[in-house]
Amino acid sequence: MTEQTPLPFLAPAASLALEVRGIAKAFPGVLANDNVDFDLRHGEVHALLGENGAGKSTLMNVIAGLYRPDAGEILVDGASVAFGSPRDAITAGIGMVHQHFTLVPSQTVTENVLLGLDQPRFLLRERRSEAEVAALAASFGLRVDPRAKIWQLSVGEQQRVEILKMLYRGAQILIMDEPTAVLAPQEADELFATLRTMTAAGRSVVFISHKLGEVLAIADRVTVMRRGKVTASGLPTAGATKAELARLMVGRTVLDVYPREPFAPGPIVLALDGVSAFNDRGLPALRGVSLDVRAGEIVGIAAVAGNGQSELAEVITGLRPCAGRISVGGNPVANRPASDILGHGVAHVPEDRTAVGSAPNLSLTDNLIMKRYREAPVANGLFVDDDAARSFAGALRDTYRIAAPTVDTQARLLSGGNLQRAILAREMDTEPGLLVAVQPTRGLDVGAIESVHRLLLDLRARGGAILLISEELEEILGLSDRVDVIYEGRVVATMPVEEAEIGRIGLLMTGGADTDRDDAWAGKGETGPTALAEPAAPATPGSRDR
Amino acid sequence: MTFHLEPRTVTPRWLSPLVTVGAVAVALVISGGIIGLVGGDPVRSYAHILEASFGSVGVLSDTLVKATPLILTGLACALAFRMRLWNIGAEGQFLLGAWGASAVVLFPLVPAGTPGIVLIPLMMIAGMLAGGIWGLIPGVLRARLGVNEIIVTLMLNYIALAWIQFWVFGPWSEGGFQQTHPFPPEAALPRLADFASIVPGFAGLTVHLGLVFGLVAAGLLWLFLERSRFGYEIRLIGDSPRAATYAGIDIKRRLIIVFAISGALAGLAGMSEVNGAVHRLQDHISPGYGFTAVIVAYLAKFRPGRVVVAAILFGALILAGREIQPSGVPAMIQGIILFTLIVSDVLVRYQVRVTRGGRGPTVPATPAASPSAGSAGGG
Repeated sequence: MTEQTPLPFLAPAASLALEVRGIAKAFPGVLANDNVDFDLRHGEVHALLGENGAGKSTLMNVIAGLYRPDAGEILVDGASVAFGSPRDAITAGIGMVHQHFTLVPSQTVTENVLLGLDQPRFLLRERRSEAEVAALAASFGLRVDPRAKIWQLSVGEQQRVEILKMLYRGAQILIMDEPTAVLAPQEADELFATLRTMTAAGRSVVFISHKLGEVLAIADRVTVMRRGKVTASGLPTAGATKAELARLMVGRTVLDVYPREPFAPGPIVLALDGVSAFNDRGLPALRGVSLDVRAGEIVGIAAVAGNGQSELAEVITGLRPCAGRISVGGNPVANRPASDILGHGVAHVPEDRTAVGSAPNLSLTDNLIMKRYREAPVANGLFVDDDAARSFAGALRDTYRIAAPTVDTQARLLSGGNLQRAILAREMDTEPGLLVAVQPTRGLDVGAIESVHRLLLDLRARGGAILLISEELEEILGLSDRVDVIYEGRVVATMPVEEAEIGRIGLLMTGGADTDRDDAWAGKGETGPTALAEPAAPATPGSRDR
Repeated sequence: MTFHLEPRTVTPRWLSPLVTVGAVAVALVISGGIIGLVGGDPVRSYAHILEASFGSVGVLSDTLVKATPLILTGLACALAFRMRLWNIGAEGQFLLGAWGASAVVLFPLVPAGTPGIVLIPLMMIAGMLAGGIWGLIPGVLRARLGVNEIIVTLMLNYIALAWIQFWVFGPWSEGGFQQTHPFPPEAALPRLADFASIVPGFAGLTVHLGLVFGLVAAGLLWLFLERSRFGYEIRLIGDSPRAATYAGIDIKRRLIIVFAISGALAGLAGMSEVNGAVHRLQDHISPGYGFTAVIVAYLAKFRPGRVVVAAILFGALILAGREIQPSGVPAMIQGIILFTLIVSDVLVRYQVRVTRGGRGPTVPATPAASPSAGSAGGG
């Protein structure tokens, strides 16, 4: 299986942790990797940059033993290897953290770390393993409770568990597939610190991303891919600029600033007054939130993941019970069924587009009529008019340029950007009075992000009220008319976008200096439902716990 | 040469039925091998099964009689399975349906001599009501308390069996035998044989009106599942409950309704069996129709039209069970069919690609016309 490279005079083998040459991988209809070369030095962070579908994940899945390449060679520490499975790869010291985590929700962090290992053989000595995991986590600055169950953890914490899993298995090379796509800025900073600790210890990191800023921030070198090919190989980030990388990545100059209509706010469409709610873990997620959104206005919610913004969207759209008052266009909607709230013209682009926003195995048509099947022309009395549904879907597909072979194509076969376009098409087409958009561009490439942003601004120009919840601060600042900062379930500040400054918002989002979130949750046992029945006093701008 | 399984990006419409037929064929070959292994002659055995179930108008009619309860219970399962509700309780709902129908004439709830035109619809309603209520129990438990419906429906089958036994051994027993008095002739569903005086060829044919119930139910269920708003909701819930909730659908209500309809269909099967074939209530009125229905629904990929075809196939196997020895053979074939069916699902979801040696770049057969349309590329 291993064989010494025959050309030692060419390859400075000792300094390369990983080298791949001429990798090709084809999928039905797509040549995902076309003669790709890539190398990774010891102790470096090497970013792999490219749009969605550029072939980044495919390349890394080949290196991590998940796919077998159609052609090409992989060398680890100068020795040629062939992986039959991810297990082979991890044995060779290559571990990959995927975008979609592979954790067992009902088990603890430690159990997940140990899962699949040969040791311990029979008896789990939990305390000892927990201590080991905790020590390992601490040595890399990974904040995670080894006894917590996975389902109780935020996405950022789950990612730390995935990293821990790989470190525990002795991974020398860590492949991170778009790790920051699910993270808040502060969590991303923490991740970067961890990665730096790792490289300082001689381990190497491949950092897959399509975000230019973070690539420049974390990586030593960057390789850019476009349509399966490498367009720039091992470029040092020291001299690189965003504009240059963007050109290499998309092959054109990207617009960052959108022309927009002047702000002309209309009447209040959405009003929340002292709204409180629990999260899935039964802990208070919203603590007396009051805010409003006017017609023709985009209100951006800036918050670190897990501070209640997901629950906020669910409460407004009727997917989560709450205490307090919510009105849409003057109608009280708190705790009304989701169908009633739809009836008041509330559209929702949910955070999880594959599990909530779409039905993966149903056709594009079935997905597009989700909010329209109750009414004519799609509905015909108690029946769904198949022809009307298909022509409706076809029209949306054309208008919103959803790239799908037919309207019968299953939703799961659409790319992330196209699926999101389909969801936006469905939600926008109802001409909603209020749109609640949660992470509308998460995981999308530059081109798709631009089209989503344009759709949002178009709706605003038509007088729609938009509540934009995003962890991309630049997105919030670029689109919003007003910014509300939420921290630990409270609106801690609200300001017109002109006064919003990234540094100040970042501080507000994190609750100021060194606030430990875990402390804030203390006393959760006493907080029963009755405590929430009386909404806390509406938060005033700037008010905080301490 | 290496075989690769790759997820299909496009699934042709003809593929799923073809794979299903192929799976049944493979099952028959495997079963034939086993028959051969134990010293039988597979060709003669199959010929005999065919002969015994489709060989003449008479046995074909008997096959259809066996298929009738399977159609209705199969539809009951297919409906629930569409919503990913695992109703394994069609057997119990069938028995309750039979009991409910019997109750009309045995309590009796109607005066003796009630004409068939009134009596039969009443017994249908009673059967469907009883089966529906039996289906409602797991439905309500699941919707209100989150109780696993598989366990509840499975357990309710045994309660239903004991319930039937109580009535046929006890209050309704005919002179201590484990059966009730025969139903009045007005309660009998008309058979083809009843029209022998008009069409002489119908003499001795036992096919009864229950088959029409089954076919009509299949048609209505198709309309319901494939064309109605409710059917769309069921598909949506079945594929992604969270997406359905997001679309404003009250899943709990749908769940209870689907369970009730599913139970009512199985109950109608029970009514049709006692009124059309057995003409009394007795212990062992079902050779496990409600369980075979699970396989029938699977074989039919939960589609009403295909349920009818699959039910006739299994009706033939049940009938052949009386004819060929050892009688375990049809049960074995049933089991192997289920097995190959479940395995064959892989072929619908994935395509097999054969590569030689694994060296050299493989150029895709069809270059991406529009790369953005493909999703397999990953990013």
